[in-house]
Amino acid sequence: MLLLLAVTLYPLYYMAIISISNGGAVSRGEVMGLPQGINLKAYKYVFDDPSVLRSYGNTILYTALGTLVSLVLTTLCAYPLSRRYFYGRSVFSLFVIFTMFFDGGLVPRYMVVYGIGMVDTIWSMVVPAAISVFNMILMRTFFEEIPESLHESATVDGAGELRTLLQIVLPLSMPVMATMFLFYAVGQWNSFFPALIYLNEKSLYPMQIILRNIVIQGEMAQQTTQMGADIASMSETIKYAVVYVAILPVLCIYPFVQKYFVQGAMLGSVKG
Amino acid sequence: MVRVSTNNAAPAAGRRELRRKLARSKALYAMFLLPMLYFLIFQYAPMVGNLMAFQDFSIIKGFWHSQWAGTKYFRAFLSDPYFWQVVRNTVLINVYSLLFYFPAPILFALLLNELRGRGFKRVIQSITYVPHFLSTVVVAGMLVNFLASDGLINQIRKLFGAESISFLALPEWFRTIFIGSDIWQGLGWGSIIYLAALTGIDPQLYEAATIDGANRWRKMRHITLPGITTVIMVMLLLSLGHMLSVGFEKILLLYSGPTYETADVIQTYVYRRGLIDSDFSFAAAVGIFQSVLSFALVVSANQMSRKLSGARLF
Repeated sequence: MLLLLAVTLYPLYYMAIISISNGGAVSRGEVMGLPQGINLKAYKYVFDDPSVLRSYGNTILYTALGTLVSLVLTTLCAYPLSRRYFYGRSVFSLFVIFTMFFDGGLVPRYMVVYGIGMVDTIWSMVVPAAISVFNMILMRTFFEEIPESLHESATVDGAGELRTLLQIVLPLSMPVMATMFLFYAVGQWNSFFPALIYLNEKSLYPMQIILRNIVIQGEMAQQTTQMGADIASMSETIKYAVVYVAILPVLCIYPFVQKYFVQGAMLGSVKG
Repeated sequence: MVRVSTNNAAPAAGRRELRRKLARSKALYAMFLLPMLYFLIFQYAPMVGNLMAFQDFSIIKGFWHSQWAGTKYFRAFLSDPYFWQVVRNTVLINVYSLLFYFPAPILFALLLNELRGRGFKRVIQSITYVPHFLSTVVVAGMLVNFLASDGLINQIRKLFGAESISFLALPEWFRTIFIGSDIWQGLGWGSIIYLAALTGIDPQLYEAATIDGANRWRKMRHITLPGITTVIMVMLLLSLGHMLSVGFEKILLLYSGPTYETADVIQTYVYRRGLIDSDFSFAAAVGIFQSVLSFALVVSANQMSRKLSGARLF
């Protein structure tokens, strides 16, 4: 068990110490246990880079907008399907669930997104994958467990479906909504492939693309000559600094919201 | 007799009932409109769009004006030996994944379940969930750098006097790296579902077994495992269904010319041929092959599981 913990944590720890160590010591392979020559130069370099900052802003925007769009659409899908008298419910359920098992395919989907003019716009980041059917099923199951008598009394009081949804069902569904919110938000934050295929315009790139360019393809965003040999020796520390800049928000929020994530995973098992 | 008399009134009453149902559902239809459009545009339109595999699709002419080409592209990929290599890679990576990745969270959950201290268990759980929230790019980035010829792993190897290996340039290492990192990332998170199922097992069963003199091992074998079989079957079904597409982003980030031999799978092949080389119809044809194959997989897995344990998805 302890070994397992070490294997899980060490890579994260290692990246952290490299990112704050002296570049020279790192490239000589001297940093493995404790950081050496602690400094924040790599982080300064990362934050001085306009393309990193812009992509960070984009990711925040896509995450906020995408989470909102996903939540609204998923709710609008899950609620009708949770109502027993919704005429055609089983047909619509099949209509939705079928898409879980039969995939339209990468190229035709790209052509559709291209055809409706979404390529190279924000919308290509938030709309084409807005509803996760799996999340929708979790939400629907939760809605179904709200007692019918509450719906009836709302109807008696003259509330329509929309009002019932907004004022009765949603307030009662906060746990599942929080879970969905977090699932979608983390999904957007980490999303890479849609940006890879739908975006050519560099100013729209989200963090994950820049991250790939720097960490995997080893591109230094700025001209390395600009800062000379100092930077060349820092390439490792910069890579891990970028990784930390990208994962830190998730790591910071995680302890506080872990409960909701776990709840989501458990809901999944109940459904299963 | 009674049947006959109700039969006469049924159509009229049925129609009235239907009208009432429709009227009550009106608001719900209004809500469902947007999601419906979403599925029509982003799921069903591409399904129909797959017909482009039977065209000489040109992005300038568009779907409606491209020339029909019959089964040309299907014949093209079916007779291409490289395609079969890609199929073989896909199958192998998934079979190994089922063999090694799938059982890992189950074993981990069983292990955690045997652990006594509640606090310690909590800590282990919290920590092992973390990698799940790292993006594919981060995980791939870690792998690329740790496995580089001067990376962490090779530095450690050097301490023991071993030669440096450039892991990611060697086809024989690719599957190990891919599945190993999957386990690293998914072990903790994947165990949640099994742990939940484990808490659902009636503790009286264990008490009775203790009285009967069963040891830990036998309790696990005869109570714990049967207790979570249904969940295991469902998870197996789910992973079979997603088998052909999951993980391809990581492959895309990790593979390179020298490792295509083992790393190139159907999805990455479709991506390269379709969106990089603009061989749209060819890629769409391969895509259809994949969709049909994975659909067949889910359906047959579902059938099988229904027979074996009664667990099913639809």
